[in-house]
Amino acid sequence: MSNIAVADRNLTFDVNAVRRQFPVLARLIRGRPLAYLDNGASAQRPAAVIEAVDDYERHHHANIHRGVHTLSQEATALYESSRDRLVEFINARSRHEVIFVRGTTEAINLVAQSYARPILKPGDEILITHLEHHANIVPWQMVCEQTGAKLVVAPIDSSGDVHVEAVVSLMSPRTRLLACAHVSNALGTVLPIRRLIAAAKARGIVTLIDGAQAVSHLHVDVQELDCDFYAFSSHKMYGPTGVGILYGRERLLECMPPWQGGGEMILAVTFAKTTYNSLPNKFEAGTPNISGGIGLGAAVDFLLGMDRDAAHAHETALLEHATKALGKIPGLRIVGTAKEKASLVSFTVDGVHPHDLGTILDEDGVAVRTGHHCAMPVMDFFKLPATARASFAFYNTFEEIDRLAAGVERARKLFV
Amino acid sequence: MELNDLYRDVILDHNRRPRNFGGLEPADASVEGFNPMCGDRLTVRLKLEDDRISDIRFEGQGCAISTASASLMTEAVKGRTRVEALQLFDRVHELLTDDAAPPADELGKLAALSGVREYPARVKCASLCWHTLASALRSTEPHSLPAVSTE
Ligand SMILES: Cc1ncc(COP(=O)(O)O)c(C=O)c1O
Repeated sequence: MSNIAVADRNLTFDVNAVRRQFPVLARLIRGRPLAYLDNGASAQRPAAVIEAVDDYERHHHANIHRGVHTLSQEATALYESSRDRLVEFINARSRHEVIFVRGTTEAINLVAQSYARPILKPGDEILITHLEHHANIVPWQMVCEQTGAKLVVAPIDSSGDVHVEAVVSLMSPRTRLLACAHVSNALGTVLPIRRLIAAAKARGIVTLIDGAQAVSHLHVDVQELDCDFYAFSSHKMYGPTGVGILYGRERLLECMPPWQGGGEMILAVTFAKTTYNSLPNKFEAGTPNISGGIGLGAAVDFLLGMDRDAAHAHETALLEHATKALGKIPGLRIVGTAKEKASLVSFTVDGVHPHDLGTILDEDGVAVRTGHHCAMPVMDFFKLPATARASFAFYNTFEEIDRLAAGVERARKLFV
Repeated sequence: MELNDLYRDVILDHNRRPRNFGGLEPADASVEGFNPMCGDRLTVRLKLEDDRISDIRFEGQGCAISTASASLMTEAVKGRTRVEALQLFDRVHELLTDDAAPPADELGKLAALSGVREYPARVKCASLCWHTLASALRSTEPHSLPAVSTE
């Protein structure tokens, strides 16, 4: 049965070989091997990323786009070649559509301020869902306050699923934008974004997808998805912190005013008038996170260089194993049981507060996230102050999940 | 194992059976404390008689450290004056954060919280109830109290 199928699929995926490429996974925490199950918050970096950043810092650093000297040209070439790889990674149409930002949060704020703010009128609507990360709620609340537009929230069901009909029924002639997650960080739900995007498009509604939790797990092809904006962070896909990508449809980006002014985003400045640079530089004011951008390019190479289908199958097997192993524990409730889930499990345990559980697991070297996961409305929906969350990457193992389950049992015994 | 130092029997007991838990009507002061990092929320209500805390109760949701700390606190401050209670807060704060803090004999059962020191991420759990108590006390005749020493 399915166990055998899983084992077969794993034949093409050598998890130990993959683990050897991530130096931190060899660490001991209080004498126990690290079991890093907090990949949803930030994933670890492979040696290839660390070395790409190191090589740049040691041999090629200079400011980009503004020098004729050798280092500046090398730095520019490295940074821009990262952009090329990102174009390939998400299948954008061109380099004009791939903008370097600080991360998902900045990408969404950019769209809120530069796309939405100028067009929104009082009474217009922005549609989101109930499972969004604060980064996909607060920027819209801010722009609503600035413009008099209204935030409309589509419901989730008790398993954490989003139903297309429920979202569509909230699309109105005043809806200007649909902003939703591709994958929920708090519940693991994979949203039916193809159908949501198609429904929005049919009504002339612009779409933004928060892909922070998706790009590390799923193939993302922005042309196939047909979304207008797609935002993601490097550090959740094995790259450095402090850098991320906003994909935007060129036609829309062209019409949007820059959102920050400064160097790099201009062609000519006089005190009378400034001419803005063309895409993508129009949205990249100031000296960017050059080493981070280069590291992100190396992370893309790493991902494209691996058998992603096999990695995905392994993650799916991890999810099945965790769901089973945790599900056996009395008093444990899995929060988020959507039909289609990415490899993460949010849960609570009767009598054990998630915060205590996190400390107890850490004692065994098992790292999980505890708290509200920057998704307080989700916690309110399930009437929980917090959950514990184990989020898996392809380098995790069944044994690590067994250690997680054993730690949960130990915590339960301590508190009964 | 160090965990036993954090989750001592006193802590486990007060988490399982929190003392002075529930509402208090009417109260002279009532303040809600909130730790946004972990979502812990608790309300402290108290009655004063001649500047002494004659009754105090708390309710809310939190981890074992936060619940036990609040329970121990209510026992420790009942019968103390407002100033004495705030002084005790200073001592507890030292206990939670300062490795060189003097032996905690005078703290009585509160000394069971000293294990928290080894877990910096958990200090806020143990101190939430005290911050909440301090603002409850300060909401009553603030002028007659010394300035805040613990942030
Ligand atoms: C779904 C989702 N959206 C947005 C973000 C924000 O990403 P960042 O903090 O990298 O900007 C996160 C990160 O936790 C996330 O999980």
